[in-house]
Order: sequence, then C-alpha cells, then structure tokens
Amino acid sequence: MARLRPGAVVLGLVVAAALAFPFVMRAEGDAYYLSFASRILIYALAATSLNLVLGYGGMISFGHAAFVGTGAYVSSILLAEGVASAWIGWPAAIAASALAALAIGAVSLRTRGVYFIMITLAFAQMTYFLVNSMKAYGGDEGLTLPARARVGGGIDLDDAQTFYYVALAALAAALVALHRLAHSRFGRVIRAIRENETRAEAIGFPVYRYKLVCFVIAGAAAGLAGALLASHGKYVNPSVLHWTQSGSLMVMVIIGGVGSLWGGALGATALLGLEDLVANHRVAWVAALLPNYPQHAGLAVGLVLLAVVLFAPQGIAGLLARRPR
Amino acid sequence: MTAPLLAAIELRKRFGGVPASDGVSLTVSPGEIHALIGPNGAGKTTLIAQLAGALRPDSGRIELAGRDITALGPSGRVRLGLARSYQVTTLFGALGVLDNLALAVQARSGSSMSFWRPAAREKALYEQAAAIVARIGLAGRESVAAAHLAHGEQRTLEVGLALATRPRLLLLDEPMAGMGPEESARMLALIQQLREAEPALSVLLIEHDLDAVFRLADRISVLVSGRVLATGTPAEIRADAQVRKAYLGEESA
Amino acid sequence: MSGILILEQALNGLQFGLMLFLLAAGLTLVFGIMDMINLAHGSLYMLGAFLAATFVSLTGSFALGVLLAVPATAALGMLLEMSLLRRLYARDHLSQVLATFALILVFNEAVRIVWGTDLPLAAPEALSGPVELFPGMLYSSYRLLIIAVGAAAAGLLYYLVAKTRIGMRVRAGASNREMALAMGADIPRLFTVVFGIAAGLCAVAGALLGPILAVQVGMGENILIVAFVVIVIGGIGSVRGALVGSLIVGMVDTIGRAFLPIAFGAFLPPQLASAAGPATASVLVYLLMAVILTLRPQGLFPARG
Repeated sequence: MARLRPGAVVLGLVVAAALAFPFVMRAEGDAYYLSFASRILIYALAATSLNLVLGYGGMISFGHAAFVGTGAYVSSILLAEGVASAWIGWPAAIAASALAALAIGAVSLRTRGVYFIMITLAFAQMTYFLVNSMKAYGGDEGLTLPARARVGGGIDLDDAQTFYYVALAALAAALVALHRLAHSRFGRVIRAIRENETRAEAIGFPVYRYKLVCFVIAGAAAGLAGALLASHGKYVNPSVLHWTQSGSLMVMVIIGGVGSLWGGALGATALLGLEDLVANHRVAWVAALLPNYPQHAGLAVGLVLLAVVLFAPQGIAGLLARRPR
Repeated sequence: MTAPLLAAIELRKRFGGVPASDGVSLTVSPGEIHALIGPNGAGKTTLIAQLAGALRPDSGRIELAGRDITALGPSGRVRLGLARSYQVTTLFGALGVLDNLALAVQARSGSSMSFWRPAAREKALYEQAAAIVARIGLAGRESVAAAHLAHGEQRTLEVGLALATRPRLLLLDEPMAGMGPEESARMLALIQQLREAEPALSVLLIEHDLDAVFRLADRISVLVSGRVLATGTPAEIRADAQVRKAYLGEESA
Repeated sequence: MSGILILEQALNGLQFGLMLFLLAAGLTLVFGIMDMINLAHGSLYMLGAFLAATFVSLTGSFALGVLLAVPATAALGMLLEMSLLRRLYARDHLSQVLATFALILVFNEAVRIVWGTDLPLAAPEALSGPVELFPGMLYSSYRLLIIAVGAAAAGLLYYLVAKTRIGMRVRAGASNREMALAMGADIPRLFTVVFGIAAGLCAVAGALLGPILAVQVGMGENILIVAFVVIVIGGIGSVRGALVGSLIVGMVDTIGRAFLPIAFGAFLPPQLASAAGPATASVLVYLLMAVILTLRPQGLFPARG
C-alpha cells in the first residue's frame, strides 16, 4: 500500500472540506456564511495573484488593486450595458487588466527599490481617480448591477452555492497554475531574479522582460478576481481601486506567507476572518474596555500586522513549515 | 595579426567631476589571457562594468568580433559570448551550487518563456551543470547553498557561472580576491586548465596578485587614472620605466 | 480668462506646493538618510492637525494652538522612532511598507477613538478676511499666511541643511551612511532628531491646512501619495529636489484643476469635455511623474549619484 505523505493528506482534507462546505451551510440554513466564503475565495484569488509578483517575483507592487479594480469595472460596465454573458465579460476583464498591467509595468519596472513601490502606488491612485471621474458609470457612488454574469449550460450564478463552486474552481485553477509556474523554467528565472537580479542579468536573462511578463500574468489573474467580485456583490465602486485595498492585499500575502503557494489563500482567510470576528462576535472583556470596538476593526488588523512583520515575517505558512514533521 | 575579439575604443566615463575612464582603449585577441593591472582607483572595475554592459560609457565604442555592442545590455552581451564574474561575490545565495549552474545553462538553452513543464525534469540541463561542477573542482558540493560555501569555493563558483554560459570571452574581476595562497594557487591552476582545454577562449583578467598575473598573462595592460599607460608582454611591462614608476614601485603585495 | 484669476490660482498653487514641501522634505530626508519607507508620515500630519485643533480650542488662540501642536507632534514622532521605527531600519523595504501601513491603520483608529472622526478648526478671526494685494486683486489673508510660513520654513530648512553642522551630518548621512558613521556621527541620535524635525514639519502643514482641507481621520493618506509623487520627481534624499518637486506639483495640480476643464471645453464637444477635463486634471500630476521618470528614472536631483 502506498504511503501517504502528511502534506497530501492535509491537502485532501482541505479540498474535501471546501467541497462539502456549501452542503453544511445549507443544512444549517445559513446563507450569510456561504456568501462570505465566496468572498474569501475571491480575495484568495486576488491575493494569490499578488503573491506571484510579490512573493515569487520580489516586486513590491503597491498598486495591485488597480488590476482587481480594472477587472471589476470592465465586467461591470459590460453587464450594465447589457452584455450579460460571462464568456465575454470575464475574458474582457482579464484582457483589460493584463493590458493595464502591461502599461503600468512597462513604465514602473524601469525603476528600482523605493521608486518602484511609490510609482506603482501612484499609478494605482491614478486609475482610482480616473474611474472616480467616470460619471457615466456612477462616479464615486459606484455602479449597481442588474444581475450576476450569465454562464449558461445550467450553471446559474445567482444561486449562492453555484457561485461558490465557480469561485472555488477559479481559485483551484489559479493555485494549480501557480504551482506549475513556480516549477517551470519561467518560475525558476523569476525566483532567480528575486534572489539576485544582477546575477540573473549577467548569465543572460533579460530581466526586465521576465519581470514584465510576470507582472502581466499576475494582473490578468487579478482581473478575474475583480470580475468575480463585481458579480458577487452585484455592485462596484471606485474604492476597490483605492491604494488601501492594495495594502489589504499585501497584508493578506504577508500574513499568509509571502512566496508560499498557499500564502494568498491563507492570508485572505485570516484577514477577512479576523475582520468578521471583530465585527460580528462580541468579546465581553474587550467591549468593557472599548464599547464600540467593532467599528475599530482596523486597529486589530493593524496590531496583528505589526506583530507579524516584527515577529513572524514568514507568515502563517512559515509558522506551519517550522513545525517538525 | 589576427583581428581582436574585443576592442574598447576611447571609453570615457565620469562620475560627478571624476573621470573613472579617461579614454581607455585596449584589445583582447582570440585565445589570449590579457591581464589588467593598476593601482586602486585606477578605474578597472568601471572598465569591466562598461565592457560587460552594466554601465553605459559617456563616449567611446565597444566591439565584439567587429560588431558594435556599445548599446547592448548585459544579457545581450552574454548571448554573444561575453561573460563576467564579479569582484564582490554575486551568486544566487539561497540556491545550491548545481542549481546556480543549471540556471546559467538554462539561460543559453532555448527560451525560458515556458510556464507549465517542470524544469527539474530537464536532464540535459543538470548533466551539463554537473559537468561544470566537476570541471571547476567543486565536486561533492553540488547541493550546498551558495551562501554557505567557503569564500574560496564561492569565488570558484563565480567563475563557474561565467563559464557555464559558454563564452568566447571571460571577464574576470579579481577572481582571487580575499583568497589565501592555497586557494589562489587552485584558481590559477583552474584558469590555466581552462585555456588548455579551450585554446580559443579569451580572458580579460583584473588581478592584484602580480605573481599570478605575470605567470598567466600573454599580455598585460596597466591602467592608471582611467588611462592605459602601457600594454605589452609581461617581460615588456616589467621593463617599462613608466610602469615601474607609476605602479610597480608603489605596489604593496 | 482674466489675469487676476490666473494669479489667484498661481498663488494657490504656491501655497499648496509649499505645504507639500513641508511633508516632502521630511519624507525625503527619512528615505535618504535612514533608507526607510514611512507610510505613516501622513499620520503624523493628521496628528498635527488634530493636536492643533485641540490646543486651539483649549487656549482660544490659533497661534498658540499651532505653536503647541508642533513640538507635541515632534515629541510623539521621536517617541515612535525610538520605540518602533528604529527596528525597521535594518529590515527590507517590504517589511517597512507593511509595518508603517499597519501604523496608518492603528493611528487612524486611535485618533477615531480619542477624538472622533473629525474636529473643527477655523482660521483665526484676524485672518478671515481678504487682503488687497493690488487694486482689483483680493486674496485670502489666511492663505497668504500659509505662503509666508511655508517660505520661512523652506528658508529655515535650507539654512539648517546647508549651513549648520547638524545639516552637514544630515547631508553626509544622506549620501553615504557608512562614511558618516566612520566619521563619528552619532547615528541613532541623528536619526531620532531627523525624524522629530520631519514630524514637526508635518504638524505645521497639518495645522495650517486644517482650516482649508478639514481636520478628519484619513486626511493623511491623500496628501501622502502626492508627497510621494513629489519626492519621486524631485529625487529621493534631496531637499532641493523636494522643494522643486513640490512647487511643480503644487502648481500643476492647482492650475490644472482650475483651467484644464475650460481648456478642454475650447476644442472638445461639451459632453466629452465635462468628463475628460476633471478626469485628466486629477491625474495630471501622475502623468507628469510618469513622463519625468521615463526621462530621468532617478528624479531631477538625486542625492546619490
């Protein structure tokens, strides 16, 4: 009988739990958590796409929300204009985000270090302001959508359970793709560039080109997350492009484990879970200190993040990896 | 006389008010070991950086086998056969020796815009990398992370990485930097072996160890204050009065 | 389009630019000397504004309130530096980004808990009316005060950095930290002082802009990004670059917002102009940054070669 590695067993359990989740929720009659879980899956996808650029590629891009937002807005605008099919809307969102990543990356990647961080930040703000001024599509009030995108073939996205599985499939596809990418020739080059960019160039890899391709791939995946996000809430507004959203994505990646396959997923679960915990589950002794503490969830997030950066920089994945096998 | 493999023509480079390269011209012939010596601050590393493409000269030209490469970046030059090792060790520290070399082999073996197939399955890459490991004398250290190697081993890997790109011309920036006498002797032997195994391989070598330089080099150029003071065979250089005054006289071993 | 209108907008641009300079100067010094990205710089600006509003309402005097807020913020800044930020100097940029981003969250919530979401801060009575610069040209006297204070601060900073020994050590540290260390500069104390000065400058800007832009939680983030654009354009580590960058950005942004929609209206159909005008105006400074960086990736006056 073949011996099962502990990692494979854990993976199997996680997959099984993820697949069974909606049925458990249906049994409990709880619609809120099913929707919440879908939201976690979407953010897990977005955070995973950032992890590619940040964790594997070593590019500290503070503007990733721009690509999530581009995907969200392109798919929303199409839906608002009557193009209901996801088969058009979602590829369009992915293409638009990839293009945005190409444009922003082409300029930003010519810079290094601190400049790069600030430029990506500034460009993301630029897209925020641009979208904010699009009065035709809601401006700063946002855009409400008539319905979720249509997939056809019996798959009805308006059904919460179906949507959950579609989001799960998207995340699963992204994780598989990331895994293969990391071990491919391209992945090796990207990781070598992160390790020592000068050396990578000096053995013959045109570094700028590889970084740009990596950036675009990540942008495209972020675009898909954006499209899913827009359909999920049937609403989109410019705040999805705000740089603090980029910050949230980075927080997810660092908490989950930068550069590890599950970092994005773990981080999204942790951050959104923490926010939900603070907002919805009253803890008596904290309430005694601070009566309306749920409104100050940001404080908890900030403190947790500080703790992680100072004491556990490898995030949850790093903590898990340190446990003796 | 055969056409030079590498020609640097009137290279000039200023940093602020200081001319690091003040009209440097030199050539490297196919199959020769050409050493570049000079006091600290003479501009040797700046010159290597310009030759390798890491630094753009303010004016002047660089030609490789007759082709103007002045505007070409480092990775482009590597593809044309010009490889460099660094004075300050520049390796993929977290990766093992074999993985370091495999990357260099991968760079010259087809496109790396391949996103799905696992690279670990490419036997050819690793076989070639293993051959280089043996050739540079690091057999048995394949899986040691580069950052954990002894200093001498790291300098050897530096040269190995440049070698793995199958260059026509090697630019070695102080390969023996920080090495004790035993390690230096090994590096010396390695460079000699390289030349014996590949007579067509050219080497431009910066080195402070004058003993090694006079033993190895076919020709020596002396760089002082950003200019080539003299170029010639070891015997000629040793005899040159200007060189003795400017450099050899004040050299502290 | 009258010349007076242009002059008024130019003065507004100057005013905005000088306040930006107060933020950018501190930011670029911290970057240049300590090699640290500090996203919480905007939080210090916000703290300065809130403290000023508090002191003003306590003392009844605008001047006194601002004068108290500045050293208070500087002290808090130095406390922050000594307790927390110091640990980040040796860390990589990503850690610095995330830790200071965490500080933004913490500060925003802390301010909200202590003071609430916003505080009123009014310009002093004496300056609430306009001043006649020359016949036909009226300009807000408060804004003139801001320009005066900003120019004075710029002058003072220039004097400090270019003519004093502390300034010399600061410049040495900005261009070559190892060398400065080797020459005996007390680096930890220098860093704390630099950070305190930066925090004080933020407080001046926050307090002065409070009456115009509103003292509220989150006010720091918007201006922080513009400050980033300024120092990227000006060159990291260079106070001169920060000044030039601030003035350019201040002018371009203000004049752009005022006149671009009109200019677009002149040769574009009204529908398009009313959308494209404001949109382009709001992103003008970012486009400017992109152009400058394409031509000079190190900015206009990089401190290190």
